[in-house]
Amino acid sequence: MKKLLLFLLIAGIYLIHQDVWNWKNADLVFGFLPVGLAYHAAYSILAAIMMAILVKFAWPAELEQSEPHDSAPDQKKGQDGR
Amino acid sequence: MIPIIVIFLYLAVIATIGFIAFKKGRDNTEDFFLASRTVGSVVFFLSLFATNMTAFAILGSSGLAYRRGIGIYGLMASSSCFVIPLTIFFIGTRLWALGKRFGHQTQVQFFRDRWECDAIGTIIFLLSAAMLVPYMIISIMGGGTVLQEISISKGAESALIPYWLGCAIVAVVVTINVFFGGMRGTVWVNIFQTILFLCFGFVAVMVISHALPGGFGEYMHKLDSDPKTSFLLTRDRMPPAEFWSYTLIPLSSIMFPHMAIMCFSARKMSAFRQTVVIYPIAILLIWLPCIFLGVLGVATLPRLSDPDGVLLRMLAEYAPAWLAGLLGAGIISAVMGSDAHQVLAMSTMFTKDIYVHYGGREKYGEKAAVFFARAFILVVTIIAYLIALNLKEKQGIFEIAIRFAFSGFAAMAPVMIAALFWKRSTKWGALASTLFVAVTLIASGLLQGKPAPPPATAAKPIRAAGINNEAADSTLAKANPPEANSSPEALKPANAPVAESKPTMASAAASGAAKPKVDVVWQVGSTIILSRNPATGDLRFWNYNSTPAGGFMSVVPMVFGSALCMILFSLLTRPPSRATIDKYFLEPTNARNRPVPAPATKI
Repeated sequence: MKKLLLFLLIAGIYLIHQDVWNWKNADLVFGFLPVGLAYHAAYSILAAIMMAILVKFAWPAELEQSEPHDSAPDQKKGQDGR
Repeated sequence: MIPIIVIFLYLAVIATIGFIAFKKGRDNTEDFFLASRTVGSVVFFLSLFATNMTAFAILGSSGLAYRRGIGIYGLMASSSCFVIPLTIFFIGTRLWALGKRFGHQTQVQFFRDRWECDAIGTIIFLLSAAMLVPYMIISIMGGGTVLQEISISKGAESALIPYWLGCAIVAVVVTINVFFGGMRGTVWVNIFQTILFLCFGFVAVMVISHALPGGFGEYMHKLDSDPKTSFLLTRDRMPPAEFWSYTLIPLSSIMFPHMAIMCFSARKMSAFRQTVVIYPIAILLIWLPCIFLGVLGVATLPRLSDPDGVLLRMLAEYAPAWLAGLLGAGIISAVMGSDAHQVLAMSTMFTKDIYVHYGGREKYGEKAAVFFARAFILVVTIIAYLIALNLKEKQGIFEIAIRFAFSGFAAMAPVMIAALFWKRSTKWGALASTLFVAVTLIASGLLQGKPAPPPATAAKPIRAAGINNEAADSTLAKANPPEANSSPEALKPANAPVAESKPTMASAAASGAAKPKVDVVWQVGSTIILSRNPATGDLRFWNYNSTPAGGFMSVVPMVFGSALCMILFSLLTRPPSRATIDKYFLEPTNARNRPVPAPATKI
């Protein structure tokens, strides 16, 4: 369920990137910022919030336990130069 | 003169940091290429961001906004805000974990081992190197151009720093930094550089706002009220298919070797946490002011022959000299930050994927590998410098090559995604996918490089194919005029000098003297599968409304074609060995309890 909700969140945010309703709108926000630009600036902040949610609820914690494997000769050789 | 002094002070700081990093370094390849995988959270973010953001984020974005308006932000920046952090989250973290476990330092090392195949790694290496080299060359060209433009004093005709010297300064400082400091020197410099260019936009907006009589609002209303420039405040002349196509381009980010290599360098995976959250905000901080000022430039500096220089011109016009120098240093930071990582990535790839892989280290030892890496940095920078110097007039070729590189790396994303997430993916799928990308890139290059046919010839394919040309033209002029005008030339603001001296397609279409034509490359029935914009050479896929800039960008068929190749050829061929699947798909804790998998086999 959690995975589905997160997937829907990502898909929803991807979809609203295509803001067809702003295509020909030349209104100015705060008297100087074109609405199409203001929308996508807000979209950038929304993307940051989406990433914060993903980090909170879908962080691949299992990967953090990664340790050098026995079959990693390249890494060992790369460290014993001096 | 003051801006030059400020920039030279900045360059001296960069070179000094490289020397200090050299003193701290150790003579082994993991330390030289990845700073011994010890890059902390803050440095990781600043460095990854510097790696990703080139001078285009400042100069190119504002220049494009000058021509095409505010839509550039949604087209390039906000799509990157969505896609790039996601790729770092899903792909970057996994690359880091695999690098930590198996010692991989490049993508190619991972691909070779994951698919138990040497050849696939070598082919991906060749393709990646071919796509990365033009990027390095254009970085040096960009640096030389910026130094040249900044060093032109008010009223003077010639630059204090000529182009050749500007290129040489950038090349030498980057070489000193990377040659001596390796990854450590590069990331330390990135701290300084990223902070500088993150501040750039904010400071530039504040300074220019303060200097403009009447404030921004007055100029925006001026643009809006003029029918020739009002489109700049909307996406009226931006085809929706192009806007959507662009959302695939940021997939290239994680596939660029310098970005992937950075992911291997983090000390802990927690470094990715802050990075992915802050990343969209950092893009916003750089791109929003640059796009805004680029559009504003049409009102304040309406007759620019080179719109890419609009920010530099505005700074020269409205900022005090010392601040203009500091802001110029911010631009140079963006140039050098990414260039240093590109040079280092090329060196890492050659050393690890070719020299070490084919027995160089066994033969000559670890110290010789670091020596080889440094020698390679020197050679590759000298070659890039000489090309930048001798092919300045052909800069357009490299710019086209970079556009291809973005599409090409984006189309390689399915290979990486399959390697990380799809157990059933095979080396044959990866090979088919890679070859598909290589072939489509070469074909695109050949098709786009063709000289534009004369207007009469350009119309022929449509007529020959039985399409009512008048109807197509009518569609252009009436139903969809903006798309007819979306070539860079036609999209220059009406008050720009070039647009005034030559009739654009926009004015021609409006007057009925001539109408924009589509150069059809491939057509099935009434559907134009592949077309070419006669004015720009840009290729478009499934041009459903028969306009020069209509249809989807070539990145769309490339990405989906690459994914299809991966799926089909994987399903048709034998899956990878059980040992390899266990090695890459068992969770680390479970994997530790399993026997060590057999070493990768060669084909």
